[in-house]
Amino acid sequence: MKVIAAMSGGVDSAVAAARAVDLGYEVIGVHLALSSNPQKYRSGARGCCTIEDSHDARRAADIIGIPFYIWDMAEEFHDGVVEDFMTEYAAGRTPNPCLRCNEKIKFQAVLDRARALDFDAVVTGHYANMRETEFGRTMHRAVDPAKDQSYVLAVLNKQQLDGAIFPLGDSLKTGVRKEAKARGLYVANKPDSHDICFIPSGNNAGWLRDRLGSEVGPIVDEDGKKLGEHQGAYTYTIGQRRGLNLTVPASDGAPRYVLKIEPKTNTVVVGEHESLAVTGIEGDRAIWCGPVPSVGESLRGFAQVRAHGSPLACTYTTPDGSLISVDLDEPLYGLAAGQGLVIYDGDRVVGSATVSATR
Amino acid sequence: MPIYFDHAATTPMVAPAVEAYQDAMLQIGNASSLHTFGRDARRRVEEARETIASVAHCEANEIIFTASGTESNNLAIKGLYWNAVSADPSRKVILISAIEHHAVMDPAEWLVEHEGAELILLPVLPTGEIDLVFLSNLVASRGSEIALIAVMHSNNEVGTIQPIDEVVEVAGDIPVHTDGVQSFTKVPFNFSKLGVTTATISAHKIGGPYGVAALLVKHGLDITPILHGGGQERDIRSGTLNTPGIVAFAAAAKYADTYRQQNAEKVNQVKSALKEEILLKIPDARFNGTGMDQLPGILSVTFPGTESDGLLLLLDGEEMATSTGSACSAGVQQASHVLIAMGLSARDARSSLRFSLSPSNTLADVKRLGEVIEGVVAKSRASMGYK
Repeated sequence: MKVIAAMSGGVDSAVAAARAVDLGYEVIGVHLALSSNPQKYRSGARGCCTIEDSHDARRAADIIGIPFYIWDMAEEFHDGVVEDFMTEYAAGRTPNPCLRCNEKIKFQAVLDRARALDFDAVVTGHYANMRETEFGRTMHRAVDPAKDQSYVLAVLNKQQLDGAIFPLGDSLKTGVRKEAKARGLYVANKPDSHDICFIPSGNNAGWLRDRLGSEVGPIVDEDGKKLGEHQGAYTYTIGQRRGLNLTVPASDGAPRYVLKIEPKTNTVVVGEHESLAVTGIEGDRAIWCGPVPSVGESLRGFAQVRAHGSPLACTYTTPDGSLISVDLDEPLYGLAAGQGLVIYDGDRVVGSATVSATR
Repeated sequence: MPIYFDHAATTPMVAPAVEAYQDAMLQIGNASSLHTFGRDARRRVEEARETIASVAHCEANEIIFTASGTESNNLAIKGLYWNAVSADPSRKVILISAIEHHAVMDPAEWLVEHEGAELILLPVLPTGEIDLVFLSNLVASRGSEIALIAVMHSNNEVGTIQPIDEVVEVAGDIPVHTDGVQSFTKVPFNFSKLGVTTATISAHKIGGPYGVAALLVKHGLDITPILHGGGQERDIRSGTLNTPGIVAFAAAAKYADTYRQQNAEKVNQVKSALKEEILLKIPDARFNGTGMDQLPGILSVTFPGTESDGLLLLLDGEEMATSTGSACSAGVQQASHVLIAMGLSARDARSSLRFSLSPSNTLADVKRLGEVIEGVVAKSRASMGYK
């Protein structure tokens, strides 16, 4: 079997590529150039195309002993991920660009190209497990709970998952680092990436303001009373408490949280913590990682709405296969439209949807 | 056996150069030292200089040894610009062809960004030949503002040979630099007849070692240096002379010059066969820059509907080395500015591959390529959704 190992220049993808070789695959390493301005040097950066990262990926490929190439995916990344990120924020939603990147770039643009060039699959350093179960080949949580990335992979449909290999799913991160060291990969101690890769400063609000402009608007309470002003509604997220700079204190002195963002009127609505409570979630753009659950049937499972959020016991149903409706057993506090809603059956990923409304 | 079709990137050292290199590496002595060892090293450097001078048809003292073609081009572009501006501050225009190598293009752009130079790119015709009418008009209208003109002797991506003698004639008193890295020893290259002010040549493109090159500088011209130090090369270039490299450079130049005619014939024959084979298997393939005088060893091919880095990957998998043009420092392939300047669309430029040959390539290599090229192109087209 011939596979493409996507190599970011970090430790996980390097070990994943090495393990793919051990598994007997014919492996070719590919570094994805995702930035249209690759000349910029960012020390310790990960994910986007930088000189240092592409060099690290190349050296890892040398040590593993596989061919190595760089694929320019800057245009696809910009159109599919960065543009989407901006459009979603401008519409008052809170997108997760890593989900979009897996869906549109790593397991679409790259996988399609790999398949056309006669490769069978794409290997990545994601922490998730593919297993043969009664439902066929299905995706499950990784063994390392701190590193589990099944949430950001839940946007992959069955056909995409059939072309995906995740060799790290049964390992702990500490073990992967040790293994990297033992294999002589000098990226063994390279720090993990946390920021959004195309916003290296980590200042998401500033980045959005630079691109979407900054228009002052009102911050109001649930009754519509103005409490302060903001510098652009899209730089806030539901549940946010800090950075509101309200001029009118709450009557009971309790902290206030962002409840709603109304992009049309450029208004941010704030209120007490209790008002953030959500017991029902509606999602659209449903994607099923395995078999589609029977339409209309109420099923028990767990919902997760953030990359490292807790799984919340719930009853879910899909009225038509493209929408998911969730009733949570216990309320969840703070959920924004645009976030990814992922449904689990135990540790098996059932599928995902994009949050469109909350109850 | 892997097949190497990338001799314009670098080509293996020839036996006489390896021998000269090994021999010189075992000799002691800094060519600038005054004792017997030093004088002996200096003698070998000067003999090498004379050998190269006889091949390049220049005077020995017109050769400034450097560490790379890039350094030579930087020295020429920056040095000539600084010379011109210090003599006449209104000479701030740098005129270079649109198809220059980055080693010429980037120092010119650097002078624009840092020293207020004005850069004008000399357009080329679809054959890759520079537009002499544009050049004449520009020299007629703004000649007094032009600091220097740079036109490469032949292009590294498509092989087109430029009419340098005509450039020099049009330029009149304006200094002309030519990057001769691809031409030297492959086609007639006569520094004194060309009449250029400066020219770059490099060892590793002709069967010599890496890390040694030269700038030929017209006798009597003191070009402003970019490296300062011991002043080893007539105060124009500082740095300990690379005696083994220079000696091997000379051996390679002499060897290539001796066999130039027969090498060119052999390479041309293989190139013709390669063109035929490609057209037979991929009838809509197009060759770039073939309407003009060409270097024997370079063939640029556009395979419509493909992506060149996919082609390269697949051919590499078949143990055949080709080139896609230049990449940025992070390794991302760029659409060739040369092909775009020649009028190709960005899409076609990104569907192009360069084959570059040496006398070591054979008709059997062509046959092997013929066996795989159809499948390779079909896969790349499928990856692009090309019908």
